[in-house]
Order: sequence, then structure tokens, then C-alpha cells
Amino acid sequence: MAETKSRKSIRMMVLVSSDPVSLERGAGEVFRKFQEEIEAFDLSEEVSLTTIADVGCREDVPLVIVYPDAAVYGPVGMDDVHILVEEHLKKGRVVPGLLAVMHGPLPEIAWLNSRKGSLPAQKRIVLERAGLVNPESLEDYVVYDGYKALGKALTQMTPAEVIAEVDKAGLQGRGGAGFPTGRKWSFVVSAPGEPKYVICNADESEPGTFKDRLILEGDPFSIVEAMTIAGYAVGAHEGYIYIRGEYPLAYKRLENAIHMAEAQNLLGEHIFGTQFNFHIHLHAGAGAYICGEETALIESIEGKRGMPRARPPYPPTFGLFGKPTVVNNVETLANVPPIIRNGADWYHQFGSPKSVGTKVYTILGNVNFTGLIEVPMGITLREVIDIYGKGMKNGARLKLVQTGGSSGSIVPASLQDTPMDFESWRSAGASLGSGALLICDEHTCVVDLAKVLMQFFRFECCGKCTPCRVGTQRSYDIVSRISEGKASLDELEVLQKLGEHMTEVSNCGLGQTASTAVRDILKHFRAEVEEHITSHNCPVGVCPVAELTPAQYLV
Amino acid sequence: MNQEVKELDIISVVEKAIEEHGTRRDAVIPVLSEVNRAFGFIPAEALPEIRRRIHEPDEGVFLADSHLYSVASFYQMFSLHPLGRHVVRFCESAPCHVQGGRQVIKALQDELGIKPGETSADKKWSLIMTSCLGICGVGPVFIVDEDVIGNVTPDQVHEILARYQ
Repeated sequence: MAETKSRKSIRMMVLVSSDPVSLERGAGEVFRKFQEEIEAFDLSEEVSLTTIADVGCREDVPLVIVYPDAAVYGPVGMDDVHILVEEHLKKGRVVPGLLAVMHGPLPEIAWLNSRKGSLPAQKRIVLERAGLVNPESLEDYVVYDGYKALGKALTQMTPAEVIAEVDKAGLQGRGGAGFPTGRKWSFVVSAPGEPKYVICNADESEPGTFKDRLILEGDPFSIVEAMTIAGYAVGAHEGYIYIRGEYPLAYKRLENAIHMAEAQNLLGEHIFGTQFNFHIHLHAGAGAYICGEETALIESIEGKRGMPRARPPYPPTFGLFGKPTVVNNVETLANVPPIIRNGADWYHQFGSPKSVGTKVYTILGNVNFTGLIEVPMGITLREVIDIYGKGMKNGARLKLVQTGGSSGSIVPASLQDTPMDFESWRSAGASLGSGALLICDEHTCVVDLAKVLMQFFRFECCGKCTPCRVGTQRSYDIVSRISEGKASLDELEVLQKLGEHMTEVSNCGLGQTASTAVRDILKHFRAEVEEHITSHNCPVGVCPVAELTPAQYLV
Repeated sequence: MNQEVKELDIISVVEKAIEEHGTRRDAVIPVLSEVNRAFGFIPAEALPEIRRRIHEPDEGVFLADSHLYSVASFYQMFSLHPLGRHVVRFCESAPCHVQGGRQVIKALQDELGIKPGETSADKKWSLIMTSCLGICGVGPVFIVDEDVIGNVTPDQVHEILARYQ
């Protein structure tokens, strides 16, 4: 397959950003204008023009990047295209006036040469191709090692060997729980019942997390390939991708990837000329955070309200339509082809012994540079903030980091030197979760933050089980009262107890983790919370605390 | 109730959606999505039309209108009543909040003159609070119809909304 496309005598490569924000700002028109101009200057033989999925979260989009000079222009308007084509593409002169202001590394632009050395410690496995290839071209995917893994699995390995390799690689689920993937797959193999299903959980709705969107938008074929491998390994012939309704671009790219793979016999009947058949259905959600929970997701595919089931039985034995089902997160699946291609031993060189591989993080909040990075497991928060976040915004002091989205932990600044891997964080009492790192400076009020988080859970609770339905509402009420200066100190005990009960008896992860942030805040920032209550004062000045009435001073 | 939505339209929209997504139970949410997209909301009259067309090989027609209603009312992207001509969806999750979302939602409410969940009297605007939209890198974020607007500051709100007629 890889030989079918040769890289002609392309002299230059032009990449136009096409993430949703760029498209909104006219990247589509800019792209078409480039096509016209390149045609007009008769350069189509020497210049290749492609779109790239994501360039990080930048203000100056649409970006246009010209290689081999690695010149980054932005924001590029319609009027700039003619000059760029004439000056840079035709005459080979960089146009300094149109260059983008570089205020940090561009981690999303994965050009191999310029990436070397310039981005410390960044190691891309999952996002290897994102930003480098045209996500709508199967040829590009194949040129960059695409479908080698599936070919190897189908022609040289038995299903059991595929599972053994993934197991040996020590791949852990990247959705948040960190369950060993190989073990999950072997449960499905040994579970009675036919047919079996593979589900890709692309219902990424944890606030602050958008790694899966970038993988799907930037490298959709890798997920199609990985699901096919998973299907072969567990003996499934049908797979579902459950994607958030809020990700229209990712949906479109996946739809395209599935069609193209089918057309090339890389999906469908007799894949690679073998006896193996596999079909993928693309299923868009309709807006519900809870559908990221695997049994709620399954209910949703079955056309019901997305309410988590009582477990056990777990999906590997009783999943979609009551059949054995593998449910894997997008990032987990994206790790599978490189593992099969290069072997488990290769994979073990990344990360730490107990948490192998890389992890994709999204950096958000009060830092100078927000965006997405893929780094080996085990780097520290301080490194993330200083190297990738380029320091705190306005030189403010770090107060806390919320990790893993709304259900994640609140980590005080004192823990910023703890290595970030599943093991170390678990022993520090924090969870790595989905990889969102919300970095908050000293101007963040913990009570205000807790209120926003409880509002989220109160709103997203599915209402099935009482502890969560009532607990999230009650917690929100108390936190609101604290922020208004109307609560009493006793209520902090109630809040803590509520959280413990929810963690112990809620039916699913939503209720079990809803109180994590509040618990951590009471643990690390109790004095600040108490100040709202006793002195009617929000130290940061964010909360609408009521003034004390003269009578209250006397009490 | 909804004079603009003719029954004929409903049937043709439902039939087209069924044709695309099939008649099995995994078509329920995709079909509801198509109906919601076509009309901007899910008209009550559409539910029996969908119910009649969804079959499972073993169970025949297995749905009740109430089941479809329960599904349609569960998901945030569905609306059971007509919304304004333009729908503003504001992300109220923590990442946008700490980056200044608190001031932006206040500016939005002042500018539109409506509270979250309401539709303006002239039926031009609806304001909906939503959970994370996955575009946190450019927070605070809101979406007008299908346009993503990021890195919003309160003083930009007036100018942004003025673009919509």
C-alpha cells in the first residue's frame, strides 16, 4: 500500500489551518484562493497544498505554514494570498510583514524536522500524524505508516497474539480510570455470547478536555484502524463510534475516513483479502455529559435515555444489546496501532514502569500558553506550567490545579513536583483523570470554583439514583450559601458527609466523583472557606458575600 | 400550536431520516436529531410518526410515544419547544469560568435582555447555558447558531451580537 504514492517533486508544502475557529474566520476561502493562485502561477506541480486540523489555540488564525522554511503566517486574509504565493512560493522569499507573532512553541504543528529539539520532552505517539497529514486523505495516512499495524495483525498474528502484545505493552485506559486494555479485551473474548461489539467512546465531555477531538479531527483513520484491530482481537464484526453531538467537524472527518477505508477494502468484508469482516457505525450523541459513562453510552446507542446501568454485569459480559462489548476511549485506541507496529518493548521505553506510554494533556486557565501536549507519563506539573504553559499569566502565583475535568482533583501548588503518572498521583490522593489541567492563579476563589463545579453536576446528573440526584443539589445549595455568606460552620460537616455518602452509594462515576473537588477544597483550603462563613469575607473578592448586619456582629 | 410546522413536512422529514438511519432501535437518537435540526425543535406531532416506523426484528413496534418523549427531553441538544431565530449557547463550565466567563455571561444577559433558558419577546434570541463545548483553549466561549466565538471579552459582546439580523 505504502508504495502506491510517491512524493513527486514537491518543492514546497503549504498547510492551511482548518480547525473550527479558523474555518469560522474564513480559512475555507483562503484555502480556495490559494488553489486559484497556485494554479495561476503554474505551481501545482511543485507545491502541495493541504489543510491541517489543529494549530493549537491561537488567536491569529487562519494560520498558513510554508515548509521547508517553516514560516508561519497569520492571521492570513484573502488579500494576503496573492502576495504570499508570488513572493514566497514563486520567488522563495519569506514575507516578514505577514508572519505570525510567535509567543510560544506550536505543539500542534507536528512537522518532524522542526519538532526535533525545539519542544523539550514532547513525545508524540498518539498525535504523531495530527497536524502533519491531511486528515481527509487515506493516501497521506498510508504514507505515514497507516494500516501497517492492521496488515501485520491480520496476516502475521493470531487474535490472541494481538491481545498479548497490547497486554505486554501495559496499555492502560486513557479515559480516566486507567484499566489495563489488554485485560479488558480478554474478558470480552472469554465472555459467552455472539455477536460481540467494539465501541469507541468519543463522547468526550469532561470540561477542559478536548484531546479526543484533536485526535479525531487530526488523524481520524487511526481510530478506524485501531477499532478494526480491536475487532479482530476480540472476535467482533461490528463497531460503533459514539461521538459527541457537539463535534460536527470530527463527525464529518470520521464519516469520510470510514467511507474511504471501505472503498479500499480496509473496512468491510474480507479485509486485506482475509476472512475477517468488520463494519463501523458512526453514532452522534445529543448532548449529555453522562453518556461518557460506558453503560449510559450503551443505553444511548440503544435509543434510550443515557442512564447508567446497575453493574455488574459489566460491558465485557453484558454490553450493547446485551452482548459482550469492548468500550475504549479514543486516546486508548490511538495507542494500539503504534504498539502493534513497533511492539510492546518499543512502547516500554516511554513513561514510567508502572504507567507506560505517553499522555495527552490539555493545558488551560491562567497560563501564557494554553493548548495540547503529548508527553511521556511522569513529568511534573511544574514542568508543564514552566515549559509548555510558558509560565503563569501576568506573573501571578499558582494557587491550585484542577486535574481531569470537573470530576477530577484539586491539587494545591505544594504538589506540583509530584510526577504525573497513575501510580504516584493515586498515592498522593489525586487522580489524573482525563488529562485536563486547569491551572488557576491566586485570583481564583475556591468557593466560587466549587459552586461552578456543583452547578455542573447538579445540571448533568441523570436523575436515576437518589444519592446523586439529591446530593448534587444539596451540595450546590450549601456551596451557594457559603458564597453568599449565609452558611454556618456546621454546614461544612454536612457538606463533607454528603460527599462521602455520594461517593459510597451512587450508582455511577458521576455521583461517586461529584464531590471530589469539594472534598479536596475542604482538605487544602479550609481556612479560606471558613473565612466566607465567619468573617463574611471572600479573600479574593469574587463571591457576592452579604455584609454583616450590626446585630450579627453581636452574636 | 405550531402553525409553521405542517404535518406533511414532519412526515417527509421523519421518512427521510428513517431512510438514512434505518428502523432499528439504534436509529432513535439520530432520527430525533434530524427532526430537531430540520425544525429547530422536535414537534410533538413527530413522535408518533417516529414511533410507527421503528421496528426491532424480534419485538416489532416496541416504542411508546412516552418513551420517545423521555429520550427527547433527556438530551440537551434537543428542544421540545420552538426557540428564537438565533440561539446563543454559553459554556458555563469551570475552564471558561476561570478565564473570565463570569463577566461575559453577565454582558450577554444585559445585551439580550433575557435570562438563561429564555427566549426574547420578539423571538429573535434564545439564551441557553450549556456544559463544556470542548473548545476550552479559547475560553470563554459561546456559540451563536453554528458559529463558535472564542476569547470573548464583555465589551465585545455588543458588536458580536450585532452581526446577526
